[in-house]
Amino acid sequence: MKTERPVYLSLTQFAWPFTAIASITHRVTGVLLVLGVGFLLWLAAMALESSAGFAAAAATLAQPWAKPVLLATLAALFYHLFAGIKHIFMDFHIGDSFAAAKASSVVVFVLTFIATAAAGAWLW
Amino acid sequence: MVTNVTSLTRSGLADFVVQRVTAVIMGLYTLCVVGFFYVTSDVDYTALRGYFGSFGMQTFTTLTVLSAAAHAWIGLWTVGTDYLRPHYVGRHAAAIRLTYQAGVLALLFFFVVWSLQLFWTL
Repeated sequence: MKTERPVYLSLTQFAWPFTAIASITHRVTGVLLVLGVGFLLWLAAMALESSAGFAAAAATLAQPWAKPVLLATLAALFYHLFAGIKHIFMDFHIGDSFAAAKASSVVVFVLTFIATAAAGAWLW
Repeated sequence: MVTNVTSLTRSGLADFVVQRVTAVIMGLYTLCVVGFFYVTSDVDYTALRGYFGSFGMQTFTTLTVLSAAAHAWIGLWTVGTDYLRPHYVGRHAAAIRLTYQAGVLALLFFFVVWSLQLFWTL
């Protein structure tokens, strides 16, 4: 078999149906969560160390960059969780037609938006 | 059957099952922690430490940390084998991919040790 067969993969020229956007978002949020969980662990380690550490964690969260980073982490978490639940339903062939998959992809984005908005309201 | 030495279980089907079981564990843990922050009106040091320092939560956290490491390994393995191929990164793809996998493994190991140390010393 010829191993160097020509391959043409131009991501900008692919059709990107909504389900494909939902799928790549699931992957991207998964990769981002590795960093996000590191951030959460770092905050938790600080906050659980002592009451002075808890105050230091609170002071860190009061920095202008911190809450947006935390909210982005939570948004990635919510998306990855909701998309994962959708995935498990589809594993059981519930809603795995294209029409249903399109609809549930929209639902995952809407739920993520609602959960992230609620978390943002709680944080600020 | 073709197996890959660097996949978690060397079986796509077993990886598939592990990915879902660990996902359910992490989903339930997320629900518990979000629930704690929701019902605790004033989260202070005592409340936070009391919650995560209970034996039940230490056990659940350990289960979740190990699940997260397995889940992330399978996920990042998939990402690596999808993109770190000769077509995208040239003829040294195998070396680049193994280096990437070693880096991922080191990072996940660090997270596991760090979190176990953190939550079991509360």
